[in-house]
Amino acid sequence: MTTGGRIQEHMAGGGEREFVLDVRTQDMEINMGPQHPSTHGVLRVVIRADGEVLTKATPHMGYIHRCAEKIAENVNYDQFVPYTDRYDYLAAMNNNLGYALVVEKAAELEVAPRATWIRMMVAELNRIGSHLIAFGTYGMDIGAFTPFLYGFREREWMMSLFEKLCGARLTYSYVFPGGIANDVPPGWLDELKRFCDVFEKKWVEYDKLLTRNKIFIERTKDVGVIPSGMALDYGLTGPCLRGSGVRYDLREAQPYLFYDQVSFDVPVGIGEVGTQGDCWDRYYVRMIEMLQSVRILRQCIERCEKDTTPGEIKGNRKKTLRVPATEAYVGVENPRGELGHYLISDGTDHPYRLKVRGPSFCNLSVLEELLPGTMIADAVAIIGSIDIVLGEVDR
Amino acid sequence: MSIASVWTVLAVQASGAGAGEGAGTGATGILKGLAAYGFWGYLVAALLGFAILFGIASALPILFTWAERRVSGRMQQRWGPNRVGPFGLIQALADGIKLMFKEDIIPAKADKLLFMVAPGIVLAGMLSAFALIPLSDSAVVVDTPLGVYLITALLSLEVIGVIMAGWASNNKWSLFGAMREAAQMVSYEIPFGLCILLAVVSYGTLSLREMSLAQAGGFLNVGNWLIFHNPLFALPAALIFFIAALANTKRAPFDLPEAESELVSGFHTEYSGLRFSFFFLEEYASMFVISVILIAMYLGGWNLPFVPGSAMTGSFGAELLAVLSMLFKAFVLVFVMIWIRWTLPRIRIDQVMSLCYKYLTPIAFVCLIGTCWWELST
Repeated sequence: MTTGGRIQEHMAGGGEREFVLDVRTQDMEINMGPQHPSTHGVLRVVIRADGEVLTKATPHMGYIHRCAEKIAENVNYDQFVPYTDRYDYLAAMNNNLGYALVVEKAAELEVAPRATWIRMMVAELNRIGSHLIAFGTYGMDIGAFTPFLYGFREREWMMSLFEKLCGARLTYSYVFPGGIANDVPPGWLDELKRFCDVFEKKWVEYDKLLTRNKIFIERTKDVGVIPSGMALDYGLTGPCLRGSGVRYDLREAQPYLFYDQVSFDVPVGIGEVGTQGDCWDRYYVRMIEMLQSVRILRQCIERCEKDTTPGEIKGNRKKTLRVPATEAYVGVENPRGELGHYLISDGTDHPYRLKVRGPSFCNLSVLEELLPGTMIADAVAIIGSIDIVLGEVDR
Repeated sequence: MSIASVWTVLAVQASGAGAGEGAGTGATGILKGLAAYGFWGYLVAALLGFAILFGIASALPILFTWAERRVSGRMQQRWGPNRVGPFGLIQALADGIKLMFKEDIIPAKADKLLFMVAPGIVLAGMLSAFALIPLSDSAVVVDTPLGVYLITALLSLEVIGVIMAGWASNNKWSLFGAMREAAQMVSYEIPFGLCILLAVVSYGTLSLREMSLAQAGGFLNVGNWLIFHNPLFALPAALIFFIAALANTKRAPFDLPEAESELVSGFHTEYSGLRFSFFFLEEYASMFVISVILIAMYLGGWNLPFVPGSAMTGSFGAELLAVLSMLFKAFVLVFVMIWIRWTLPRIRIDQVMSLCYKYLTPIAFVCLIGTCWWELST
């Protein structure tokens, strides 16, 4: 696609004449997505490419918009819980939790301690499951297929744990305003303990197989660097923000549930193999977070067994839920960042307005600035490292 | 595929002309005998040779796809195909039949002629290369003095087909894949060629068959294998050849032309049915061909440890042992390729280039010069 070349002459630094053949080529405009293997769903990025290098990238979204917020205005509070499952379908428990907390705040409901501990357990377990997907699909984006199935092996166990708990494997609707659907079945906590022990061993495998792989490091270090200022400007949250070195985790900054009673670290990116805030840092923050989740899980199991008696999961909620006219906002730390629910109620049994702040949606906005100047393979690595779930971008 | 037949005719002529150099056994002998009956004899010999070649060249990929899927299944804690036939061996055949009956879609805006021809060219180069590889002293269809030189040329034919496919598909992802393939193939031909030169310098011949013969004998009958005979230079060269071979066959971590996560399917995105299976066949066949070249040059050919070289040539049984030994070694190398594919992530295009030009090519040069010195001083 050469559009003509001419020889340009100019003086070089040493006073010598230098000739440069000025060959211009046209940029190529390509649709990456919505049907592309590595846009993690139906994201469409219109890219302009000069050879392998991107000169412009525009993300388009909205292919699976399902009007979740509008639906919330037309169904009652409990009926909306299943819809929350479906925005970030990889972390349905965390979505349930975020929605339940905002309704509880507005309706001033109290939750039994045992239910709160169990909520923390399912939230952290789901965080592990979600990060396992992030780990596996990131490996696939870089070109390694095997880590994906390694990740799915443990995720399978996580899902069967949830299946035993509430009967569903992906969309749980287990946490709802006022408490949880049912107490844990007998032996479930012991199996969860076993899961924690086994998972820590398997984590070492992931570390050897992918994290410390030379090619993987070469592909992800110094790629897609988000400086901390830029991360804050774009309103990034979750691992994308912490990967840039900003220590901000809602579980630590504004503790909800009993997160102030358990000890855990908040990992941040330090540029261990490259620049702070590169793809590897974001990836590694997720890996460490999985271990921290295991740590929280252990403490939750211990406290739950010690402080509470089985069966005591009822709070002070009445069967029909009416929320007095008020406004409330609650943000929870989802695997992908801050999931915020802003609820305006009008005293009826359904919300007047429910605004959802999705982490993937906000994190996605940084792509437009991050992608130009990188290569196509890097673009895939960057999109993967942001770890978006399109169900939640579009809602 | 007609190229393969033409080559076979040439080959029969060539070997017919040089019939003095030892009576062939098996298929080669029959072909040579037929060639004595003039034009029709040549024609029958060519068709027969083509049929045999095509049979081998399609049977091996079936075996290799099965191996790839079973081995990867093993590595990923799943089963892999295990339903069709014993251990799922016939699965690839079933898939082939499925591909045959699928609709052959040609995109409306594609360049029809190039689109249809491209898979044929890709496969033809590969099949012709099959005619030139020696599995034992006499199990070689074409034993030309050009040998490995001709094989390199035929293997490079593939890149033309791939570029044609990428361009004719009228799909930007396909074009990207084709351009990557072109850049990668042209670059890796250099270390690839240098490593071949090293073997040529060591043996003083271009014929893979003669190279294999020359590696008989020595300590435990492995002492004359090139990597042991000249370990300082030939061992790194063998490794470089293997890496370049991975790049030439588009195997991971060099599978950029068909990088699934980046380019959808690369140059064969628009292909379906039988034409797609040609590309597929070519990849697995070239794995085998390149493994055999590596073995013939560096890993002792068909020679086995503890077995004297004289026991591998001459009688039918000895030749059979040689063929089996060659196949075994090739299968080991193919297994390593599969192993690498399911372990490593993919390299980026600029890293592919810098690996080639900054590391492989200079090291290969040093090895080549070192080997020249070695051969002169010993």
